[in-house]
Formats: sequence, C-alpha cells, structure tokens
Amino acid sequence: MSKFLKSISIGAVATLLAVPAAAQTFGLGRAALPEEISAWNLDVHPDGSGLPEGQGDAIDGEEIFAIQCAACHGDFAEGIGNWPKLAGGMDTLDREDPLKTVGSYWPYLSTTFDYIRRSMPYGNAGTLSADETYAIVAYILYSNDLVEDDFVLSKDTFLDVEMPNADGFILDDRLETEFTKWVGEPCMTGCKDTVEVTMRALVLDVTPEETAADAAVVEAAAQQEAAITAEPAAVAAQEEAVPEPVGASVDPALIAEGMKVFRKCKSCHQVGDGAKNRSGPILNGLIGAPAGHIDGFKYSKPLMAKSEEGLVWNAETLAGFLAAPKTYIKGTKMGFAGLKDPADIEAVIAYLTTFSDP
Amino acid sequence: MTQKPSRREFLASGIAAGAVITSASAAKAETPDPLITETQTWAQSFGDGVDATPYGMPIRFEDDVIRRNVEWLTADTISSINFTPIHALDGTITPQGCAFERHHSGAIELKKEDYRLMINGMVDRPLVFTYADLERFPRENHTYFLECAANTGMEWAGAQLNGAQFTHGMIHNMEYTGIPLRTLLEEAGYDTAGKWVYVEGADASSNGRSIPMEKALDDVLVAFKANGEALRKEHGYPVRLIVPGWEGNMWVKWIRRIEVMDAPVESREETSKYTDTLENGISRKWTWAMDAKSVVTSPSPQAPISHGTGPLVITGLAWSGRGAIVRVDVSKDGGKTWETARLAKPGEKMALTRFYLDTTWDGEEMLLQSRAMDETGYVQPTKAQLREVRGENSVYHNNCIQTWWVRPNGEAENVEVS
Repeated sequence: MSKFLKSISIGAVATLLAVPAAAQTFGLGRAALPEEISAWNLDVHPDGSGLPEGQGDAIDGEEIFAIQCAACHGDFAEGIGNWPKLAGGMDTLDREDPLKTVGSYWPYLSTTFDYIRRSMPYGNAGTLSADETYAIVAYILYSNDLVEDDFVLSKDTFLDVEMPNADGFILDDRLETEFTKWVGEPCMTGCKDTVEVTMRALVLDVTPEETAADAAVVEAAAQQEAAITAEPAAVAAQEEAVPEPVGASVDPALIAEGMKVFRKCKSCHQVGDGAKNRSGPILNGLIGAPAGHIDGFKYSKPLMAKSEEGLVWNAETLAGFLAAPKTYIKGTKMGFAGLKDPADIEAVIAYLTTFSDP
Repeated sequence: MTQKPSRREFLASGIAAGAVITSASAAKAETPDPLITETQTWAQSFGDGVDATPYGMPIRFEDDVIRRNVEWLTADTISSINFTPIHALDGTITPQGCAFERHHSGAIELKKEDYRLMINGMVDRPLVFTYADLERFPRENHTYFLECAANTGMEWAGAQLNGAQFTHGMIHNMEYTGIPLRTLLEEAGYDTAGKWVYVEGADASSNGRSIPMEKALDDVLVAFKANGEALRKEHGYPVRLIVPGWEGNMWVKWIRRIEVMDAPVESREETSKYTDTLENGISRKWTWAMDAKSVVTSPSPQAPISHGTGPLVITGLAWSGRGAIVRVDVSKDGGKTWETARLAKPGEKMALTRFYLDTTWDGEEMLLQSRAMDETGYVQPTKAQLREVRGENSVYHNNCIQTWWVRPNGEAENVEVS
C-alpha cells in the first residue's frame, strides 16, 4: 500500500520528533510485518490511494452482479424489499422520503469500492477479486446512468467518474445554527396558551407487541396482546432448540452442527413454523420436494427448467448444489458461493431434513 | 415463559385496587391477607442451593424485561438493531444482557487467543498487540452512555412507535475498563502530522470510521470489560472502542486495526450513512456528538400507571454528549408549565443521569414531557424547533422533547403536541 510506504519514510525521518517528549512507552506488542499490514490495510481514499491493480466494465459487472449481489439488491441494483437500493433516486434529496443510492447520494466513488471489497457480498465478505470489484462498481455506476457499459474502471480511470452529490455535504454546523438558539434559562410557566395532541402513535399502529390500545377495544386487544406477548418466547425457542430428528437414523449432534452452518443461509432463507420467503424461499419440506416447490416464490428460470427436467432435492442433489451452486444450476439467483467443507454440507442437510416430512 | 396476566389484565386489576386507595390516608384491609396469615411454601421449605445457576439470570418473573426488535425496520436481523427495555430499568447502569445490540454483519465469536490489534499508518513502529499485551498497559475505569445516532430516528415525521423502549432504547450506559487510545498511539510513536485515526472491526462489515486525532488523544478508550465483566459477544467481545459522547457507530466492536492518517477514509459509515440530510437536500457530515436529550421512562406506554391516584414517581433518563447534565425539567401539561426534577446523583460527563419527580397524581390526564440541560447551557429542543432547522429527513440525531399522553385510566401513548 502506498500509505504504508509513505508512513515508513515519514517514520524514518521523524522518529525522534514524532513522539511527544513526555510519552511513556512500555515495549509491549511486536512489530507488524509488511505482509500483515497489507492484508488488513485495504482502505481506499477519495483520492484513489489504496486502489489495487485491476479493471472491469459494466458488461462484465452485470453478470457478476447477477450472481453475487442481485439476490438482495435486485438485477438492476434497484433493491429488493428492505435491502438497500443502489441505483436511482436522482434529485430526491430535498423531497419527502429521499432515495439515497450510490448515484443520488454517495459523495465519493472510493467509498463504493472500499465497501464492496471489504464487506460484500453479504455473508461472504472479502471474496471478490480486484477485477470483479471494479466490474461490480462499474455496473452500479452504469445502473445509475453515470458511465457507459463499456467504460473500463481501473485506478487510472477512477477519478474520471463524477459523483452527482459530491458537493452535497457540509460539515456539522450545529454549534452555529442550533446552539446559539437553544441556550439559556428556559421558560417555566405560561410557556404556551393551548396544547393540542396533533399526532398519535396508536393511529399509525406500527409498534410490535405490547401496544396500548384504545379503551373501546379492550377485549379484543387483551386477547391479541396475550398472543403477541407469547411470541418472543416461541421465536427464541425456535432459534435455540434443536428440532426433534424426524428419522431415528439422524444424529442429533450432526443436526446441531447443521443448525450452526445454517447461519450462513439465514440472511436469505427461513425454516420452521412461521417461516416466510425472503430473498430466498422458505426451506420447509425441501427434502424430497421437486426443485422450486414453494408457491409464490419467484425462482430463476434455470432452476425451474431443472425442475421440469425432474430435479428433486435429496441428500445427493442438494449436496451437489450446495458445493457449487452456480455450477450446479448455471444462472441460479442464489448468490451464495457454496459450502467448501463436505462435512458442513452433510450437517446442514441433516438440519434441513428435520423440517421435512419423513 | 411464565404464566402471568397480560399487561391489560394487570392494568385493570391495578386500577380496581387503585380505586380503593383514593383517600389521602392509608388504605384499610377488609379481610386479612393470606400472604401474611397463611404460611407460604417459600417460608416453609427450601429455595435453590448455591450453584443452581453458576452464572445467574434475572428471576423468571422479570422475563419480559428484554431487548426487543422492530422487525419492519430492517431487512434482516444480521444487520439490524434492537432496543434496551429502558421503561423497566432504574438507576443508570444498563445490565449487559439487556443492553441494545446493533450489528452490521452479526455478532461474531472471536476468542481472546485469536484476537489481534494492529496499529499502522503514520507511526514510527507499526505494532501488533495480543489480548494479553493489552492487559499489561495501565488501565482506567469510566462510565459512559452509548447512543445510536438513529435513536428516536423513526419519530422525525411524527409519533410512530408506542413505547420508550422503541423511541429511545438505542442507548445503554456501562462502566468500562480499558486503555486510553492515547497510550497505544504513543506506544507506536504516532506522527504528530497525523490528523485522523481510522478504526475498523474484525467482523465482515469492518464498520470502519475515521476519528479526528484530537478526540483520539482526548478520552477514547480501548475497552475489554463492561460493568466489571468481559464484554458480551454482542457488544464486541473481546475488545471494543469507547468514544465518549459520540454516536454509537464510532464505537467499533471487535476492533482490530487503528491506522494513523492525514485524511479521513470517507467510509460507507461516514458518508452514505450517519450523515444528516437537511430540508434543502444538503447533508451534514461529521455530526459526531450526541446532543443533550432526555425521556420519561415511567410512566410511559409500556409502563402505565397501575396504582390509581395519589403518590406517583415520574422518572426518566437524561444525557449529553457534550458534558454533564445539570438540570431536568418535567412538564405534565405538554410544555405549558415545568417543574425541576430531582437528579438521583449529580450528572456525570457523557453518562446517563437518572431523574425523579416525586409527585401526586389526581387522576387527570397528563401530557408528560422532560427537558434536559447540560453544562454548556444547551436546552433540549422541541421537535418543532428541530424540524425548523433540519426538516424531517435527517434520520439521525433526533434529540427532541418526547410527549407521553397519560390517560385517566393510567395508560400512556406516544403523541405529538402543538
């Protein structure tokens, strides 16, 4: 990293000057090795420092995005459900409910590269190559109409991209705009002539669980409340308890192991009572079912084609899919890279079996 | 879950009992109380022996005092937030087990033995510390609140969530044991030309933030204990950063790297998030400090008055990221008149302060509010005052005066008033 080299040279010149005279040192810790620093020091700055070698354009990026990102962010970076929208929202910042995306809000392109390289894909962070990262960033820019699809993004072209909201920020000015107004001895009596209730949370009714209700609906509310109050315990039980094995042949330890492995799947898939489709389908009844069996979930075309060919999920087919999802079903919407360890695959299948009829 | 009456049943029975106790003198019992006249099982036989619970949990009767999540807020619990049950707590220290959580990639399990902290960048000696190394530096104890910048953020456009836990529960207050960040920076020989430190976590989100060097050298701690024991997994075990008075997102959990720099990184968490959009579409950035704020925790929607008229304790919390709380006023009439509440202890800098107003309730409805003042002279503003400067799209840093509408039956509701 250029930053590292710079710090070494500064350090060499300034060793005697840098440490404040009174500073006490304890001789603890050990020297960080250059390989260690470069493994962790990945930050990319607005001036492009820290960018790696490599390149990519939106044409490559579209394909990678579809596999790695679209499960949450949508095929066109438009976002699915509550997941972040990465494109659109231009000229909405001064309106009610502004849409803040990479295009409409983010002031620096470096932030996008930095974040994707370190922290994405969600649940599989830090696995993208530099070329893939450049390509995904280029695709997000393209989705925001900020570059053409053949624009090749690299450290050399990075600063050519103009971010629309680059000038949309000011430094914290509360001390000037607010503190001068809201100081001093406040009013204690006769501060207002009248007070009216202008808005009530109960009218909106978005509070979970113990919502106080209007006196007129006491009975219904009491019943409903009792039911709702019991819910957290039920949910907790569902998360913590290892489900009863369906067949006597399934090893409880393996199921418990599988429940741990399933954490990797939980951001997109739910199982058990009350499970709902999220960015991935619910997985109840998976074992023994034909691929794409959940009504109301929009599976990828390639997956449904496999289903028509007769693909049924069992220990064997599921193991093949989980080992390399994108190879097993080319074009699957599932953004997950796959489980490397066959033991993990065996365990998670054992866990899923407990949610399937024998 | 224990079988207990629903809150409504409890409330109804409380009000019935309360109706008896309306005179100023102490109530009279009609019949002897069997809890007194009959020998109870707990007074006759044994309770649990020692070691029944090697690490104790709250008694089962308190199992509703828990963190709660608002599902519709986020897409997924892995990157989400829940809320401290402040309506049911008293004093100022938040027990770790019910202190709110905010994760960007879930709460990871990182063993002390696997823990490494790197200091690099503009330093003479880039260093790596183990957990055992950290335990050998001189350490300090300090109590500080941590408030998420988005606390009360759902209330910008109007009264929305009905409960102090949900409107104000993205906060906790703990006594931390840790090493001043200054000590570690000096150990590495930081370059005085470095104006910023960048801090990042070991989890998949890394949640990197840039902190100005002046703050880093002032009161920031690298902490490994909270309330006397190890940090909980969900709060960054084994080591997290403490940034007193500043927004919670900067208190990086599982902290693994500190880089001395001459400029901020402008990471995702300090550009696309944790920036405050004003009405004209321009956004404030680097809004680090949490302004003075307070809330009545009881009575409140989840903690209605169940005892009828007579003596009533109104209580709540106040805090400021810019110093100590010096005064809290309480209004029962939506801000027409105010009374100064009693502080349980003198306010401490950047820590929660408990206030009480010991009063008598006549059974009339109240529009309860609290108003905090800190040592800078700043007075907590109304929502109208905040909106006048910022509009309704700021998301973060909503420190407005909160109103609870307490009804004659003791129930309370989150409302906005003129």
